[in-house]
Amino acid sequence: MDIQVDSVSHFYGSTEVLRNVSVEIPTGRIVCLVGPSGCGKSTLLRFIGGLERPSEGEIFQLGDPPEGSLNPLTYVFQHFALLPWRTVRDNISLVLEDHGIRGAASDSIIGDVLARTKLSDFAGALPKQLSGGMKQRVAIARALAVKPAVMLMDEPLSALDAQTRELLMDDLVGLWSRQPFTAVYVTHNLAEAVRLGHRVVVLSRRPGRVRKVIEIDTELANRTTGDAGLEMVQRQLWNLMRDEARAADEELVDA
Amino acid sequence: MPDAAAEVPTQRPVVYRGGGFAPSPRRWVGFAVFFILVFLAEWGTRSGWISALTLPRPSDVLETFQSLYATGLLFKHLGPSLSRLFMGALVGVTSGVALGVLIGLFSYVRAGMVPLVAAIFPIPKIALLPLFVIWFGIGEGSKYALIAFGTFTPTVVATYGAVDNVDRTLIRMGQSFGLSWFSIVRKIVLPGAMPGILSGLRISLAIAIILLVAAEMLGAEFGIGAYILEAGALYDLERLFAGVVILSILGVLVSAAVGFVEHRLLGWRV
Repeated sequence: MDIQVDSVSHFYGSTEVLRNVSVEIPTGRIVCLVGPSGCGKSTLLRFIGGLERPSEGEIFQLGDPPEGSLNPLTYVFQHFALLPWRTVRDNISLVLEDHGIRGAASDSIIGDVLARTKLSDFAGALPKQLSGGMKQRVAIARALAVKPAVMLMDEPLSALDAQTRELLMDDLVGLWSRQPFTAVYVTHNLAEAVRLGHRVVVLSRRPGRVRKVIEIDTELANRTTGDAGLEMVQRQLWNLMRDEARAADEELVDA
Repeated sequence: MPDAAAEVPTQRPVVYRGGGFAPSPRRWVGFAVFFILVFLAEWGTRSGWISALTLPRPSDVLETFQSLYATGLLFKHLGPSLSRLFMGALVGVTSGVALGVLIGLFSYVRAGMVPLVAAIFPIPKIALLPLFVIWFGIGEGSKYALIAFGTFTPTVVATYGAVDNVDRTLIRMGQSFGLSWFSIVRKIVLPGAMPGILSGLRISLAIAIILLVAAEMLGAEFGIGAYILEAGALYDLERLFAGVVILSILGVLVSAAVGFVEHRLLGWRV
């Protein structure tokens, strides 16, 4: 199932947040949205997942979600959004219960996603016992449990420290290599975009417009730190963004 | 400055200025304070610098309490009181939580009920007792109603505040996974509001005990309130204090019970 963002514009009151944004998200690829803070990239992600409606334009699903997909458009949130009163296992079972999956069927799905995210030993732990990186892996496991057609990742690594971020990027690459998934990955971290994105969409500062779309052809598994080609792409991205980021930083926040 | 360089700098430890502002449990201090106060009262009344009219002797109060227990009068008074407290608080708290959740969830209910609750809250419910007697009769009904009404408003306010404070990202998460509205309320909003509801419960139940006594002072044959009123009318300070001690113990027990429930239900809190 592909996603097509078709000339979306959006206003919050009189503030224009997005202007005529069109993006294609092809199946089995990771599309990164990067841009300076306040450029509306998270807003765009909420449009794609149907949590908000754009003022103008539309989002289309092309084709049907794969067989057995319980929740085709599934989010991974920056601050994990785990229920603190439920254990790891019950946090995942939460999203299955409403689809009528209980008992053995639920256990086998939970066992599978916990194994894929290397969390099998922590099924009974409460979120407060877990580190930030582990919490985000639980959130990823929960997203995988509903067999999404498209994963919508809203700065999933931004709340984590640099080392954990590296580890989780490796985990994501591993997950994708074993079983390619479609994802829209919002980030302000260019290293993440270059590491995980098949396609990087650079947005300008508010009102967000598509400034450039960069395709990165290197296989995800072969992208290593210090790769000259990737470094060049990252520098190119930064050159595109630097002035925008500075201008965005100096803008007064309109509360 | 060559001289200064040759001089050995004076060495002194960095002054510690952190710490504090972190309450930690001191288990026996509460008991110690209590015992010192009782001891002072006992010693004062025995040695005569506190007259018997000012304060009854603690040992006499204890004696009164023992005879109250021995004659079976204790349970004759405590039984009706506890059932009034339980029934009244049950009705008040359940309806208060229900309305509080509705206010938290629905804008129209909020717009309609919040001003009403604000108008009812400051009314001393004891002032309405005659009205309740007319509405619900002089028997148990008016007492239940008074306690229920008194616990209702603080519970409503605590509950809708607690629902307002539930982390919105958790609700968005529920929506993004396609959870039904009812599931979101039951599995995300209610557990998330539980800490606030329980701390509201502490206040409501203390108010319930106050109102219990007030209700029993007006037209009740048995009950702790009736017992205290009778003792007060006769200036029987020992019995008055015995009654007050029962109320204090009741308060401590109720608070401990809420604490126990909090401990069981809110173990997930950081």
